[in-house]
Amino acid sequence: MRDSNPIQVKVWRGDAAGGAFAEYEVPQQPAQTVLDVITWIQRHADASLSYRFACRVGMCGSCAMMVNGIPRWTCRTHVNKVRRDNRLTIEPLRNLPVIKDLACDMSQFFEKWKRAEGHFNGVASRDQPVAAISPREPARRAASAAIECINCAICYAACDVVAWQPDYLGPAALNRAWSLQNDSRDRRQVERLQAVSSDGGCLQCHSQQGCAAHCPNELNPTASIAGLKRMAGLSFMQKKYREPHA
Amino acid sequence: MKAHRRQPLYLAFLLHRLSGLGLALFLPFHFYVLGLSLESDAAFDRVLHWTAGPLFKVAEFGLVFLLALHFFGGLRLLALENLAWSDRQKNYAAAALALSFLLACGFLLRAF
Repeated sequence: MRDSNPIQVKVWRGDAAGGAFAEYEVPQQPAQTVLDVITWIQRHADASLSYRFACRVGMCGSCAMMVNGIPRWTCRTHVNKVRRDNRLTIEPLRNLPVIKDLACDMSQFFEKWKRAEGHFNGVASRDQPVAAISPREPARRAASAAIECINCAICYAACDVVAWQPDYLGPAALNRAWSLQNDSRDRRQVERLQAVSSDGGCLQCHSQQGCAAHCPNELNPTASIAGLKRMAGLSFMQKKYREPHA
Repeated sequence: MKAHRRQPLYLAFLLHRLSGLGLALFLPFHFYVLGLSLESDAAFDRVLHWTAGPLFKVAEFGLVFLLALHFFGGLRLLALENLAWSDRQKNYAAAALALSFLLACGFLLRAF
């Protein structure tokens, strides 16, 4: 049966060289998500549409797109909450190069994660006892507040500083660095602080807090970045991480 | 305004930037008038007479508002970056705006 009031969907189609919007009419379904809409288009209207998803339950962070101009996790975004006048405009994530259609190249996002020393550096082996860290410790609580990141790059797409200054590490990488700076088992905190407080680091943040406003997991990367700024300022005062000749 | 920017703390950022820009644009006029006092008493008196008019008082209200907005906005950012994190960022931004408006209104009441 033909839907009498289908959703009018504009989807950006193209690649790194450029592209344009294509329009589709998608039948309404109960409890329909934006990812359902995209999937319907690919299965019933145009099989060449490229997009990315995996878990469909808000855990993997791979289905983020711009929906009516706002970066969102499409698998957990209900059409009813975001459509305007029964219209949806779906674009690839802002601030990332497009591979094809709605699929972005995430390389720079993860490269910045590495630049921010976003990997854990412990010294204990599996033969040693598990480190006893009280959940009440302030550092543990700060790490816990930042730890549930799913790498969806929504904060990265929402950040104007990333758009203005492509070298900027971005909210997700800095948020990750902050959680590791608060991990008492980590052994590269001096190096990490230097990495995140040099050019393109935490000091570039303008505290617009778009990252926190749009994070689907309700994390607050601005709070993490403010923490790194405090840490960097304190360290600078104490001259802990200065070059030996300085 | 682009959709992803439509959130209160982006507005706070924007107001802080625009108030700073407004104050920077005012400064050359301010220095010009001060410079007049060095050149000639008559020219400076003419400007002083002009500034006593009601229209200028209303413009001064705007100036005080911009100054207060930039000041309280700056304090908000200093607190954000240097004190322990608080989740009341929107409240602080709203308070900075409200305080600035109250201060500017207080100035306007005393100006006439």
